[in-house]
Amino acid sequence: MIEHTAADLLATLRKGDGSAESLTGAFLDAIRQRDTRVRAFLHVDEAAALEKAHDIDARRKRGEPLGALAGIPVAVKDVLCTAGQRTTCGSKVLQSFVPPYDAHVISRLRRADAVLIGKTNMDEFAMGSSTENSAYQITRNPWELACTPGGSSGGSAAAVAACETPLALGSDTGGSIRQPASLCGVVGLKPTYGRVSRFGLVAFASSLDQVGPLTHDVRDAALLLEVIAGHDARDSTSVDRPVPKYTRTLDDPVQPLTIGVPREYFGAGLDGEVEQAVRAALKVYEKAGTKLLDVSLPYSQYAVATYYVVATAEASSNLARYDGVHYGHRAAKHDDLIDLYCRSRGEGFGAEVKRRIMLGTYVLSSGYKDAYYVKSLQVRRLIKDDFDRAFAQCDVIAGPVSPTAAFRLGDRSDDPLAMYLSDIYTISANLSGIAGISIPCGFTKGGLPIGLQLQAPPFEEEKLLRVARMHERATDWHTRRPKL
Amino acid sequence: MADLPYRIVIGLEVHVQLLTQTKLFCGCSTRFGQPPNSATCPVCLGLPGALPVMNRRAFDLAVKAALALNCRIASFTKWDRKNYYYPDLPKNYQISQYDLPFSSDGHLDIQTPEGTKRIGIIRAHLEEDAGKLLHEEGGSGKDSLVDLNRTGTPLLEIVSQPELSAPEEAKAYLEELRLLLKALEISDCEMQEGSLRCDANVNIHVPHADGVAATPIVEVKNLNSFRAVERAIKFEANRQYGQFQSDGKKLGDRGVSKATAGWDDVRGVTVVQRRKEEASDYRYFPDPDLVPIEVDSAWIAEVRALLGELPAAQRTRLQSQYALSAYDTEVITRQGRPFVAYFEELARGCGDAAEAKNWLTNEILQTLNDRKSDVRAFPQPADAIAELIREAKATGLNKQRARDVYAHMVSEGGTAKEVIKKLGFTPVTDEGQLRDIVRRAMAANAKAVTDFKNGKVKAADAIKGAVMRETKGMARTEMVQQILLEELQRA
Amino acid sequence: MSLTVDDTRWVAHLARLQLADAELATMTRQLGAILDYVTQLQQARTDNVEPLAHPLPIHNVFRDDSPAPSLSVDAALANAPQRRDNFFAVPAVLD
Repeated sequence: MIEHTAADLLATLRKGDGSAESLTGAFLDAIRQRDTRVRAFLHVDEAAALEKAHDIDARRKRGEPLGALAGIPVAVKDVLCTAGQRTTCGSKVLQSFVPPYDAHVISRLRRADAVLIGKTNMDEFAMGSSTENSAYQITRNPWELACTPGGSSGGSAAAVAACETPLALGSDTGGSIRQPASLCGVVGLKPTYGRVSRFGLVAFASSLDQVGPLTHDVRDAALLLEVIAGHDARDSTSVDRPVPKYTRTLDDPVQPLTIGVPREYFGAGLDGEVEQAVRAALKVYEKAGTKLLDVSLPYSQYAVATYYVVATAEASSNLARYDGVHYGHRAAKHDDLIDLYCRSRGEGFGAEVKRRIMLGTYVLSSGYKDAYYVKSLQVRRLIKDDFDRAFAQCDVIAGPVSPTAAFRLGDRSDDPLAMYLSDIYTISANLSGIAGISIPCGFTKGGLPIGLQLQAPPFEEEKLLRVARMHERATDWHTRRPKL
Repeated sequence: MADLPYRIVIGLEVHVQLLTQTKLFCGCSTRFGQPPNSATCPVCLGLPGALPVMNRRAFDLAVKAALALNCRIASFTKWDRKNYYYPDLPKNYQISQYDLPFSSDGHLDIQTPEGTKRIGIIRAHLEEDAGKLLHEEGGSGKDSLVDLNRTGTPLLEIVSQPELSAPEEAKAYLEELRLLLKALEISDCEMQEGSLRCDANVNIHVPHADGVAATPIVEVKNLNSFRAVERAIKFEANRQYGQFQSDGKKLGDRGVSKATAGWDDVRGVTVVQRRKEEASDYRYFPDPDLVPIEVDSAWIAEVRALLGELPAAQRTRLQSQYALSAYDTEVITRQGRPFVAYFEELARGCGDAAEAKNWLTNEILQTLNDRKSDVRAFPQPADAIAELIREAKATGLNKQRARDVYAHMVSEGGTAKEVIKKLGFTPVTDEGQLRDIVRRAMAANAKAVTDFKNGKVKAADAIKGAVMRETKGMARTEMVQQILLEELQRA
Repeated sequence: MSLTVDDTRWVAHLARLQLADAELATMTRQLGAILDYVTQLQQARTDNVEPLAHPLPIHNVFRDDSPAPSLSVDAALANAPQRRDNFFAVPAVLD
């Protein structure tokens, strides 16, 4: 049962086969059995989950109307605030922080009668691509425990892949949903910037962050997106546009369909096996009558550099609030106020977070701001213009998610730049605000999953999901589960 | 002002809190004096994940102020973060406006002894206020306490050109600005409550053999009253002169940067703060949590329509329409719009602007001052006082009696006619009755009558006084005079 | 582009981050390498290119000036590392 998709589980519950409580119990069992090895979860609130499930069963019995996710467990990346429940962001700084409010997406999940099963591990403040930057634990790839699940939403991706939850939420600032989805063989969707409210999402880089689903298949991604998307007056950058019924049109193929294939996404650095799997996926589309079009995104060569200026600049300011004054870690010993700031932050943050705060502070500082920060915003526009031009010719853009399949834990932790470069195919979507999805499209010989990335213009999630579903219906990669 | 051996150059940076109900970016109340940390929420506490959403009314008020200050309103404006660490700033950045303020290039006219002077406004921008730090007194003295109620209150920062050239002008500028902002209900401008704050950038130009030397600019802070602004500038200018005499340092010299001084109101001195070992580097950049604002001409027109008559225009009109002196006009306009409205109603009602002005600036203003109250809370409407003025004139009620009636009306209520009757101030108008009284008074003052007959005209005053006493002053003086003259000639 | 340890120390001060001496050296090296990489941005021609701070052209988002409930004092102070009465307490701020 735990290997089923949320859509199937919902159908079962609606038919009256089994109960939400037994279902939640099964997933809690899975967590108990598997998570000692996978280590996807930071906190699991068994009692609350079971109570919620019990309540849903009772309401179902009384014939009351139930929400779209009634009785389905959802795991939530620990970057999303949950009222009355610790929200750590994978950081020591927030070790004991209990938010007095729910993030918008958490309210949406509660309203949809989802069962919030636990909070998942992540790179500290979502900064990383391997989840190794968590202050608490190392999460492992369910397909190969010696490998990384990717990051920063590695906990959420691993939890879904390991069948510890059918649904999970992550956040994506430069690929943090799509890359771990790809490395864990699940579906991960980064919605258009502004599609999902960021209220209650602890900020890494505010102009890039977006919350999105991690699921077994595209149908579940559509289901979860439908619940979390939509306008929220508490987020000025949330866009007031109607949310289509993604699940209703999901199985309608897009015809005619033109897929743009950027030549820059198949250059040096791309692993041969990954390229092969991605090209095979493109073949699947071609067979279905899709036109493949060679497109160019010339400024994508600057994407990593641009991203690491924009994202760290915003982060250096967003993370200034963790100073030990109003909440969060305060150093036990300090000489004066400035010392309290420096020690609290020096003790509370891990190496990667410090590195990015330093970089962001530097690129904004007097004398360097024009050369780095302002320049990067100019290049950012050129990167976005690339996409606008490409989308004038095609419906979606396809390519790899990550240059390689899951790498071994510890392999890149000493070389930050190498780690940054692994985001090369995903960060452009964040810089230009467009939607992107990673879907399973094969395995390496060593048995590690490979993802296909599809990107669509802003607010074209409906089309994006339909195109992704076309591949899913023609293949069975999404039905594979790791042996645990 | 005594002739000084230098010219003072002053620029003022004024912060006013806007009269909104809620904060700039969240729904917490901006009311003054709430219990500590009782008006906060995740947004103004800077909790992780909380996001700002702009208060529309704050922006409208700011545009209104900028239009009243003759500023150009930018068609595109945005929010920037000013990054610095301080415990009253929970996010450790202030949401402010940096390179694209919503307004700039305005001016404000002030009155100086030499006439009207136009002071340029460089810019006015919006930003959020910080919280309050309390320095614990007594106890261990080791801690500071933070109250975040004020955090996020909308502030309008108005930066003048360095075109004020005397402490008195700085004060006049502040008074005019306060009058304007209060008249438009943009801010209540209470320095005591911190809803108006002012920093002064001061330096002096000293003439010397090769021309004029400018001293380094000092920003004077901690100015808690208009009087303090005046005193501090005076002191600081003099201090800079002394400093210049001893070290000769000039603006723009190598190693000379802007310094900050605090005004010590008790000692009456400015204290130059020890230069921080670092220059501040605020790392301004656009706030990605907020979106830009685009203002079109329709929006500006809509706000402009709400401005009404501004104090400067009002002064000119009052002076010509009611033939008031510049001084009287100033006294009236300074009290604000409701007071001016009261005056105009009173002048219309009694048909005598000069009398209306006298009553208003003497009696009524005195009452308001005694009661520490506002004309809007004054118990008698303008037409009631107009009636009093008319009655007094018609019945020959003298000034003192009229004041008595006024005092009664204000404290006990009632119309002028009712109170006059109640106090027995009904005038003696019957000629026969008055003639009887005059005759009795003459009988009782036989010596005065004799003296008058002997040519001492002044002696009649004693008899007149007796008549007035008898009539409680309710007889018309001219009538008494007339009858008395007739009777004396007849005697 | 070569970043010195002093530069790093200055930036760490701006960012209020205490870095041990060993950390300072590593940080200088790593930041230097990243900055060297980032310097490639200078090759992009950006004359007359308007900086893009926001991915979407949204503007004029406002809320009404109507009060919303605040947190209780206890909720506001619940996460405070040090509370004194109804205040957050910090080491004395010296002006």
